[in-house]
Amino acid sequence: MIRVVLPAHLRTLARVSGEVSLDVAGLPTMLSVLEALEARYPMLRGTIRDQSTQKRRPFVRFFACQEDFSHEPPETPLPAAVAAGEEPFLIVGAIAGG
Amino acid sequence: MSGVRVLVGTRKGAFVLTADGKRKSWDITGPHFAGWEIFHLKGSPADPNRLYASQCSGWFGQLIQRSSDGGKTWEPVGNKFEYDGVPGTHQWYDGTQHPWEFKRVWHLEPSLTDPDTVYAGVEDAALFRSTDGGKSWQELPGLRAAKGKLWQPGAGGMCLHTVILDRKNPQRIFIAISAAGAFRSDDAGQTWRPINQGLKSLQELPDPAAEVGHCVHHIAMHHSRPDVLFMQKHWDVMRSDNAGDSWREVSGNLPSDFGFAIDVHAHEPETIYVVPIKSDSEHFPPDGKLRVYRSRTGGNEWEALTNGLPQRDCYVNVFRDAMAVDSLDSCGIYFGTTGGQVYGSPDAGDTWEPIVRDLPAVLSVEVQTLQ
Repeated sequence: MIRVVLPAHLRTLARVSGEVSLDVAGLPTMLSVLEALEARYPMLRGTIRDQSTQKRRPFVRFFACQEDFSHEPPETPLPAAVAAGEEPFLIVGAIAGG
Repeated sequence: MSGVRVLVGTRKGAFVLTADGKRKSWDITGPHFAGWEIFHLKGSPADPNRLYASQCSGWFGQLIQRSSDGGKTWEPVGNKFEYDGVPGTHQWYDGTQHPWEFKRVWHLEPSLTDPDTVYAGVEDAALFRSTDGGKSWQELPGLRAAKGKLWQPGAGGMCLHTVILDRKNPQRIFIAISAAGAFRSDDAGQTWRPINQGLKSLQELPDPAAEVGHCVHHIAMHHSRPDVLFMQKHWDVMRSDNAGDSWREVSGNLPSDFGFAIDVHAHEPETIYVVPIKSDSEHFPPDGKLRVYRSRTGGNEWEALTNGLPQRDCYVNVFRDAMAVDSLDSCGIYFGTTGGQVYGSPDAGDTWEPIVRDLPAVLSVEVQTLQ
């Protein structure tokens, strides 16, 4: 199981509290995790990545195991600790503004 | 028993204000969608319990919310707004062509007859329609064929902010865009033409009478007379008596003919309302006095309505979609401010009271008259 932490606004939108657990087949990548997340919570489509371009929204960041994966290609495998469910994959609303 | 439901969109959520027909005692719920910008909410004329809301955020983009119980509960519906075909380009600030990019939904206009049909006016300017209750959206691309390459954004973005449907002629739709102008379709949105003859943008355009490029802020119509339109332009209050084929200025004795909001009395088609604002950069009421101006003559002759409104030290703005009228026997008028006040008048503007004083900045106000 892949553990995913959503920002507060998206937890409200998805009507979940705490972490989300997802079944992802094979070696999890950012792309496969996001696709599994959006399949289970369709209301999140368009909020993390643009629905047309599939690009990450500018003020959303992806963290895992103290590393920033935001600028990595979507097919980048996630760390083994995330794949094993030991660490969460964090989707973060970036600090933006004054 | 009759009553009203006022739908308020703000910078940080939506609020629903309800009252009985006396409109003295108000129940306020919200914030709905706390922390999100709610550009607009509007109810279906065909089913008053069906509401649509435009919810957006700089972080998480655009959502559309739908309620089927008058705003008690909501569900997110479709939020995929894809331009038809190759999006093409429009004028950019530096004179180059810039690709059309979806940013947000400014205005939602439910069909007059079908609760599942709703129009969305978006930035970058285009008109979308859903016929399945907001689950999916299709662009009406004929609009951008109406000289879209010449449109360019104003300071607030290139937004399609006004959609008016005609009760007498279902084939006719009016829309307005900042800063492109007003447009009309006579075939249910398939083809469009600019309707800007008579508008003059002396300081904004090299050709003050250009066919497109005018900064139209809002348009209002009384449904009993769909050929008569009233417009608050960037500067100038305008009137058309031929469905926009030509316009004439009716600013008359207004202290400023700049503003955003304009509306028509529910029962008196020649009685109209505006809120004069100073410009080009100040965007607050002249002399620090918040005054609604009413004309009972369809323009030109205006009276200030001040009873109950702050007459000193008031420096708020009233946005284009932030004024609405109910259709009770004594017509109620409502407007919201960037200071978070929503004012209401149960007597057509003669007296005003704040319904609520301290909301986030108000982006839109709509009202439903409930029987």
